Amino acid sequence: MSKKMMMWLGASLLTAAALVGPARSQAAPVEISFYYPIAIGGPVTKIVDDLIARFEKDHADIKVKAVYSGTYPETLSKSLTAFKSGQPPEMAVMLSTEVFSLIDEDAIMPFEELTKTDDDKKWLSGFSDIFMINSQVNGKTWGVPFQRGTTLFFWNKDAFREVGLNPDVGPQNWEQVVETAKKLTKRDASGNVTQWGMQVPSSLTSYWLLQGYVAQNGGKIAETSGTKTYFDSPEVVEALQYWVDLAKIHKVMKPGVIEWATTPKDFFEGRTAMITTTSGNLTNIKNNAPFPFGVQILPEHKRRGAPTSGGNIYIFKGTDPKKQEAAFEFTKWLTSAAQSAEWSIKTGYIAPRNDAWETDAMKAYVKEFPGAAVAREQIPYMVPELSTYENQRVSRVIDDAIEASLTGSKTPKEALAVAQQEAERILRDYR
Amino acid sequence: MTRMQNSVTPWLLLLPAIVLLATFTHVPAVMTLIDSLFTTPRGARPPRFIGAENYMSMLSDPVFLAALKNNAIYALGTVPLSIALSLLMAVIVNSSLRGTTLLRMSFFLPTVLPMIAVANIWLFFYTPGYGLFDQVLGLFGFQAHNWLGNQDTVLGSLMALAVWKEAGFFMIFYLAALQQLSPTLREAADLEGAGRWYFFRRVTFPLLMPTTLFVMINAVINSFRLIDHVIVMTRGGPDNASTLLLYYVYNTAFRFWNTSYAAALTMVVLVILASIAFLQFGILDRKVHYK
Amino acid sequence: MTASALSLATPTMQRAAGMPSFWRILEITGSYLLGVLWVLPLFYAIWMAVHPPAYEVRFELFAPLTLQNFKDALNAAPFARYFFNTFLLISVILVSQFLICTLAGYAFARFDFRGKTIMFMLVLVQLMIMPEVLLVENYRTIVRLGLLDTVWAMGLPYMASAFGIFLLRQVFMTVPKELDDAARIEGAGPITTLLKVYVPLARPIYVAYGLVSVSYHWNNLLWPLVITNSVTTRPLTVGLQIFSSPDQGVQWSIISAAALMTSAPLLIGFLLFQRQFVQSFMRAGIK
Repeated sequence: MSKKMMMWLGASLLTAAALVGPARSQAAPVEISFYYPIAIGGPVTKIVDDLIARFEKDHADIKVKAVYSGTYPETLSKSLTAFKSGQPPEMAVMLSTEVFSLIDEDAIMPFEELTKTDDDKKWLSGFSDIFMINSQVNGKTWGVPFQRGTTLFFWNKDAFREVGLNPDVGPQNWEQVVETAKKLTKRDASGNVTQWGMQVPSSLTSYWLLQGYVAQNGGKIAETSGTKTYFDSPEVVEALQYWVDLAKIHKVMKPGVIEWATTPKDFFEGRTAMITTTSGNLTNIKNNAPFPFGVQILPEHKRRGAPTSGGNIYIFKGTDPKKQEAAFEFTKWLTSAAQSAEWSIKTGYIAPRNDAWETDAMKAYVKEFPGAAVAREQIPYMVPELSTYENQRVSRVIDDAIEASLTGSKTPKEALAVAQQEAERILRDYR
Repeated sequence: MTRMQNSVTPWLLLLPAIVLLATFTHVPAVMTLIDSLFTTPRGARPPRFIGAENYMSMLSDPVFLAALKNNAIYALGTVPLSIALSLLMAVIVNSSLRGTTLLRMSFFLPTVLPMIAVANIWLFFYTPGYGLFDQVLGLFGFQAHNWLGNQDTVLGSLMALAVWKEAGFFMIFYLAALQQLSPTLREAADLEGAGRWYFFRRVTFPLLMPTTLFVMINAVINSFRLIDHVIVMTRGGPDNASTLLLYYVYNTAFRFWNTSYAAALTMVVLVILASIAFLQFGILDRKVHYK
Repeated sequence: MTASALSLATPTMQRAAGMPSFWRILEITGSYLLGVLWVLPLFYAIWMAVHPPAYEVRFELFAPLTLQNFKDALNAAPFARYFFNTFLLISVILVSQFLICTLAGYAFARFDFRGKTIMFMLVLVQLMIMPEVLLVENYRTIVRLGLLDTVWAMGLPYMASAFGIFLLRQVFMTVPKELDDAARIEGAGPITTLLKVYVPLARPIYVAYGLVSVSYHWNNLLWPLVITNSVTTRPLTVGLQIFSSPDQGVQWSIISAAALMTSAPLLIGFLLFQRQFVQSFMRAGIK
């Protein structure tokens, strides 16, 4: 090698060393991935990105990579896929009801293993009890509530006025719903219905709406232990029968399986005067309904009852301990009072912590838009969501039964008997 | 006469293709068979041998039986209809009508659109009341119908979409075949005073047999392969009235994580496809001799 | 149009000049009606995409036009990135297919070797059994290769295309022997002959096959859906699927806009090059 070359080589090596050296002594930020679904309309990706930008500003040692992974089932699928291939995301938002399946796959960590300080423990105990039921198994917390929802009852005030009903009061119990709906169902000259009185969507996770009726009927759809279902119990059969009869006997609801996606639009178009839908649609309805509307908690029967829904944040096993720490930090921040309130206001999900409801931002929001407080009113009456091992399969079984009953191919009693049999078969191995 | 080389060259040429085909077609097919004989590994529990248990469960699995029935109806419905429509379209486009280029474009258009985009649009068409179909039917006084929410109409609705999407594609093959038919045949028939329909039945259609066979095989394969619209529009419901076999495989494997049962289901699909392949080669051979 | 096998103007009618028969009118209207029926869905989608949500079901002629739906769609999901991913995917697949299928087609067309028929039969298996049917196992293989969520994962199963091999074998078999011999006399080896003689002669088939392949993979959903996770690999079809799944009130106008964006390139390409498209597909189908 010529002398010139040697000098060149030497210079480059020194420069390289100079660059690498100090860089190595500096701690590189820990990178974590955050898989999240979007189950509501609106610019959720933007909201998430904003939150992350703010978090990273305050925590220069953590970088969060947000990955929008579709619907809840898709997010579960993607996360488990990644986990099974040895590269799990550090954290993900998934349905609270998947907790048993995730434990069975040995994929997630209980939060008790991550909480160390008293502050941590205080944070963990600050979540509303009802939302924790779907998050805790055998005394350990496997996921923390993040975006929770419930079902609400909406009605078209103009339509009420038209038929001489008091527009400011919605029906309060099962019988009143039927009476009111009968008055609201409009038919044209040839007998075709132009406006239905009531609409309850059933195309997706219909078990969720059934749970509302079951709770109002004083029954229970399954044990929280995740291994036993009560699909064919009398309370559940009666609840489903009431739902089916809305279309079959009282003829106040569209026959067949009703699509979730078009239910709000049906409401706006005046195709139905009353609907039940998720609290997550509150903002959508507020912005787009071309008429004044009322919103209330679900009508009662033997008592008040409503289902809960939504996602928890889970932290995965099998990742680097430093990354788990970082994920834990982000989780705590994301679910602390201020951010919880912000998330709830911007997305319409229910804030799952009491201290979030007490923040100034939340109080101001509720003052300006009282509808937001309705979901909170319902909290005392909520029941935990159906959650078992092989949850996707079991919930599919009961969904099928509900669909069969609504389309009339089986009676509720028959359909639920079959569903219970299937569920028993699936859950038998887990007892 | 073909070139005789040292026998290494052709194998080298084939190597990339063979490796890929083995990795993604042949070996997986065998592995599927093996996997179907074991249980699904879950977290802490390794797979154990269960022999034909999966297949026995299939026989009493109402969802599998529904999927099998649905796929059969679906295939038997879409295939003849696609063939008939595509032939009709080819005839129209090949005729002396004005604006056949425009017509050809309209018929072929659905082919270039992704099924997923189309399915999303048609989901709205099928909406009861104010969806496109009900609006048009409403003009004729028909009542609003819950097309996708009713077990009796959901499969038909999906089939209509599939035929709309595919007929234009098959039209092209018929068009090519029609244009290759000699005009002298027609002239000769005219001279003998043969009617149009008679000519079509006795001369044209039999001559189009190879194309019909080709179209038929493709349509059948598609009826098992294409499930994008099920994913988007009905998720198999209501109560599995629109579940197709491959969709059930997808659900079982990637929603329920029951990979061993999914493997058994896949075997069923493979057997069906293989039988169709044998049928094709069998008939094709006969046709070749016939010609 | 040359005289077709089933002309819609029979001699009898031609003789009765001036007065088109009832059936004839019915046929003509029927044909046009069918054509209109066929494009109606697309027109409706365009209508929904360029009008605000309130006009989705109201067909007023002078309803306000808007591009807001497209803007909203672009804001709600990174469609620009999805476009890029799709372009990358089809390019990678196409180039690989050309390479691999040319070599294989050549081997089958011009060489005799033990086990040739069996090999060919094995290749044809893929015509019936497409990679997505073997979803579960192929997914496992990809994971084992460590290729999950990559362009290679989406493309590898399709690169050895039985259809491509079949087509190229057909066309290579029609190349006259004289050209082959002439090349050999000039001292060309098998690869050079392939490149200098066979490939140029098969150009129309490459175009035809290219169009078929691009169409197929642009529109492919199931396999990419299963094998991709992140925005940086996801193609348009998967992006659209995920985008339109929220189970709370979907905005049809936005979804229509997104659906149109997903289809646009092929659609526009088709409208501009209609004749070539059709010719290519025709050529590809001729056995």
